[in-house]
Amino acid sequence: MPKITFIEHNGTPHTVEGTIGRSVMEAAVNNNIRGIDADCGGECACATCHVYIEPEWLGKVGLPADGSQEASMLSFAAVTQPDSRLSCQIQMTAELDGLVVRMPEGQH
Amino acid sequence: MSDTTTSVVIAGAGHAGGSAAAMLRQLGFAGAITLVGDEPIPPYERPPLSKAWLKGEASAESLALRPMEFYTTANIDLRLNTRVTGIDPAAKTVSLGSGETLSYDFLILALGARARRIPLPGLDLDGVLELRTAADADKLKAALGPGKRLAVVGGGYIGLEAAASARGLGAEATIIERESRVLARVACQQLSDFFERFHRAQGVTIEVSAGVAALEGVGGKVTGVRLSDGRVIPCDAALIGVGAVPNDEIAQAAGLACDGGIVVDLSARTSDPAIFAIGDCTKRPLPLYGRTMRLESVPNALEQAKQAAAAIYGRPPPPPEVPWFWSDQYDVRLQIAGIPFDATEIVVRGDIAAGKFALFHLAEDGLVRAVEAVNASTEFMGGRRIIQRGKRLTADRIRDMAVTMQELAS
Repeated sequence: MPKITFIEHNGTPHTVEGTIGRSVMEAAVNNNIRGIDADCGGECACATCHVYIEPEWLGKVGLPADGSQEASMLSFAAVTQPDSRLSCQIQMTAELDGLVVRMPEGQH
Repeated sequence: MSDTTTSVVIAGAGHAGGSAAAMLRQLGFAGAITLVGDEPIPPYERPPLSKAWLKGEASAESLALRPMEFYTTANIDLRLNTRVTGIDPAAKTVSLGSGETLSYDFLILALGARARRIPLPGLDLDGVLELRTAADADKLKAALGPGKRLAVVGGGYIGLEAAASARGLGAEATIIERESRVLARVACQQLSDFFERFHRAQGVTIEVSAGVAALEGVGGKVTGVRLSDGRVIPCDAALIGVGAVPNDEIAQAAGLACDGGIVVDLSARTSDPAIFAIGDCTKRPLPLYGRTMRLESVPNALEQAKQAAAAIYGRPPPPPEVPWFWSDQYDVRLQIAGIPFDATEIVVRGDIAAGKFALFHLAEDGLVRAVEAVNASTEFMGGRRIIQRGKRLTADRIRDMAVTMQELAS
């Protein structure tokens, strides 16, 4: 199973296994990673699974399409950056094995 | 507080209870956690029950809050099919339906709410359903399909979402609402009008100002809903969705302060310092509105789970959040930020006819109290920030689409 590393805002890394076809958010929640709240359960309705994609992965992960639900939600998420994504909207693929994401200071 | 001798018992394994257990472990709590729930499956998401789950678009795996292994790995003693039947606050014990007694240092009551029952003849007929649990949803799902007819008593969110899902499955749906409009208790007139139009365009029949006299059946099976005016709405299944009542009986019996829900503070603490209560069963303070209220929502359950976990672990309470809600019906996404207490004016931003708009509820001084956003996530997210910060806005600026949400919120 592909690996994903979540780096907490304080620098603590957590490497967990994701599932191909399931979201990066689900891997965090299933492993009880602190800092991914995922209040709405993956409906792209709350923006509390916000992560920053490490630069070397940004090409493969990509950014949300302009005008998409995710882009709208991110427009007011806590402390957004140009490499911000909602982790519920990133589906794991074999290509993303080894993905590294960082978490913002807070989700609310 | 990471000593291993402290024990926490969580009564109720729904979204609130399951999340409180997980959050305690996230903080580093190392004591015993016993999570007691009366359903046969581990904590799961209830919102999809009227949406994706009902339409067969979600798996049991995706419905679960966390996989079963999580509870073993995190050393959470999950007791399913078990109900907490009583609390002895002096002895710091709870009794279980199994006859067992558990001791606690801290107790978290996450007892939820149950579907309100209205006294109607015929409630015990087969095919008369409510929607609260996964088991309820499975019964409803089995009753829906092409050519089937669903009657929904109650035009609230559950009823509207179930009707939308029924249409998606090819079933006929009729909504029967006592008030003069759907969503009468929870939304403003404009929003009710929008959803009524939308549902009718999708082929749903809506009867407003319609009282229900009885459920009719043949051979023990429901065949129709008889209205007060004598008409009968024929159906193969009737869903009763007329609100929820808090499960606060064991708290009342234990002498905890209750007032239409278990009374808690901003740490989710009840009138007993060793007992917390979270989620649908609580009457909680809303500091942004200077009121207390019972909120039936996932965000509320999670916020209070966070409050209780922080208090038990000896951390300061998290900052209060703006209450929010969401509902999906067909391809319409409704997101609501705040609660329109004290609002005197409703300002429309966007185009209602185009199905993309937000309703800003303003108090007399321009203070934004609530934003109801339909297919308008930017307005919803911006609205949350505006409400959190106590911003005042003028109607002209809100209406002006040349003014961006970023500008309105800054």
